[in-house]
Amino acid sequence: MAQTTGMTMTQKILAHAAGLESVEVGQLLLANLSHVLGNDITTPLAINEFRSMGATEVFDRNKISLVMDHFAPNKDIKAAAQCKMCREFAAEMSIDGFYDGGAMGVEHVILPEKGRVTAGDVVIGADSHTCTYGALGAFSTGVGSTDMAVGMKTGKAWFKVPAALRIVLTGSLPKWVSGKDVILHLIGLIGVGGALYQSLEFCGSGVASLSMSERLCICNMAIEAGAKNGIFPVDEQTLAFLTEAGAGTPQVFAADENAEYARTIEIDLSSMVPTVAFPHLPENTRTFERADTPTGGAVIGEVPIDQVVIGSCTNGRLEDLQIAASILRGRTVAPGVRVLIIPGSQKVYLAAMEQGLLKDFIEAGALVSTPTCGPCLGGHMGILAAGERAVATTNRNFVGRMGHVASEVYLASPAVAAASALAGKIDDPRVVAKASSMSHRA
Amino acid sequence: MTSFIARSQVIKYGDNVDTDVIIPARYLNTSDKKELARHCMEDIDTSFVERAKTANVIVAGKNFGCGSSREHAPVVIKENGIALIVAASFARIFYRNAFNIGLPIVECAEAVSDADDADEFSADLQAGTLTNHTKDKHYEVVAYPEFIQQIIEAGGLSKLAQSGGLD
Repeated sequence: MAQTTGMTMTQKILAHAAGLESVEVGQLLLANLSHVLGNDITTPLAINEFRSMGATEVFDRNKISLVMDHFAPNKDIKAAAQCKMCREFAAEMSIDGFYDGGAMGVEHVILPEKGRVTAGDVVIGADSHTCTYGALGAFSTGVGSTDMAVGMKTGKAWFKVPAALRIVLTGSLPKWVSGKDVILHLIGLIGVGGALYQSLEFCGSGVASLSMSERLCICNMAIEAGAKNGIFPVDEQTLAFLTEAGAGTPQVFAADENAEYARTIEIDLSSMVPTVAFPHLPENTRTFERADTPTGGAVIGEVPIDQVVIGSCTNGRLEDLQIAASILRGRTVAPGVRVLIIPGSQKVYLAAMEQGLLKDFIEAGALVSTPTCGPCLGGHMGILAAGERAVATTNRNFVGRMGHVASEVYLASPAVAAASALAGKIDDPRVVAKASSMSHRA
Repeated sequence: MTSFIARSQVIKYGDNVDTDVIIPARYLNTSDKKELARHCMEDIDTSFVERAKTANVIVAGKNFGCGSSREHAPVVIKENGIALIVAASFARIFYRNAFNIGLPIVECAEAVSDADDADEFSADLQAGTLTNHTKDKHYEVVAYPEFIQQIIEAGGLSKLAQSGGLD
């Protein structure tokens, strides 16, 4: 008998959800879903599709989350009509996970926070950044509205079992360098199609040093390398997070020793440096110094900016705001730079208020908004005019992403974004943090 | 979903055409397909909507449809009369969305590299063949997996689900 090949963590979760002993790369299967997610842009299409199937009830009212976050609080009459459609559908179907108004927040910040996802789950969301929940040890991936509709009706989705890239992390990150720099570095290394149709399986002794916020940020941007999902092993930190959030009982899956990987990439976290993705692709990464930068040596140079956005499903968590506040506290943002701080959820907002971070931001000359996806996708709350540049802690810098087609988005960590807010140009948080002066640098 | 794509001109694009340019998010405050379709590709190609009235095939490079999961992207392409997309590769969410809504797509890097904008193409997806009439070249494409065939034959995923195909 031929020697059997082991399975990756992703493959094991998919096999379990499909009721199979084992699966092979490329195999198509029908998996039972633990959770189905949609937002105010993708859910209306899904509702239309759901109705067109003649469906009258959802597979499980407790396993669906609808989050009004993209164009909410309603940016115009049309957006209001879309949210209203979702609201009425949620009421009709008695869906318990409808998040709107004071209960809203950016979907991928609030689902983990509210314990809607646990380890071992299979989650689909009609939003590409659904891959975020891989940080919790779940298989989680973005789909379209038709998949969402069929998922809401049947509780099932079809998947092709992905091959895997193994990302071995060692060491720990230097100060002012974060998970965002790690994922930008990786995307710069393998490209926006570098993990196409594959899973990104993070592992190694460096995992333990990454906070849950960092793991969520890293998995969030797996899609920007084309990946089907990103996933982290479950450790003590994961279990503590899930318990704190009141999530369901975790089912822990671990990769087999003899699992096969298409490619293995080793990243020494201690060698990471602040990294920025230039327009108009997340793979266009650059660093502040040329000397043996892992991303290829392109330097950032002088890039004057008009706007800074700190928030989003990538970097809108409390830890992100704490880092930004530690740089902005007692200083003043550069004249002419609009600095937008957007907490990812009401819980984050409240904690930031209680910890005095909002005061730090406002006194530094930033503005603080209610949670929303807003400017990240060029929706509202911070749109760019032609010729304007923004440093954003968001996840995409495509043409026209934050506004006019002739505007530019530079993707960075909260530390780089905050340092840039003070300097009025893209700046290095390691340098800004060293400056003893409390006055602004502009 | 039709498997025979009649001869027509192609509209050619490069690598990494993302869903934000296929249909910019600023228009997604509606689900009206006709209204959305008017803005298809406008951030990279203002002539698309006009050209798509006669040219029914898109040919593109690597990672077509990357970025957002918005199904509005394949929907507006289809709504503009595009009957087939040939790309070197597709981003995975776009790939499944296209089948799920009944828009035929095939991967064929060779056909893409040979093709110029406005070349004449036809295809027989049942037989798995593509033809570039301008260059007088023929290509064989890999057959779809059986489950994808079922989605295609049903006319999309929701129709397959409706007929009990997922039970």
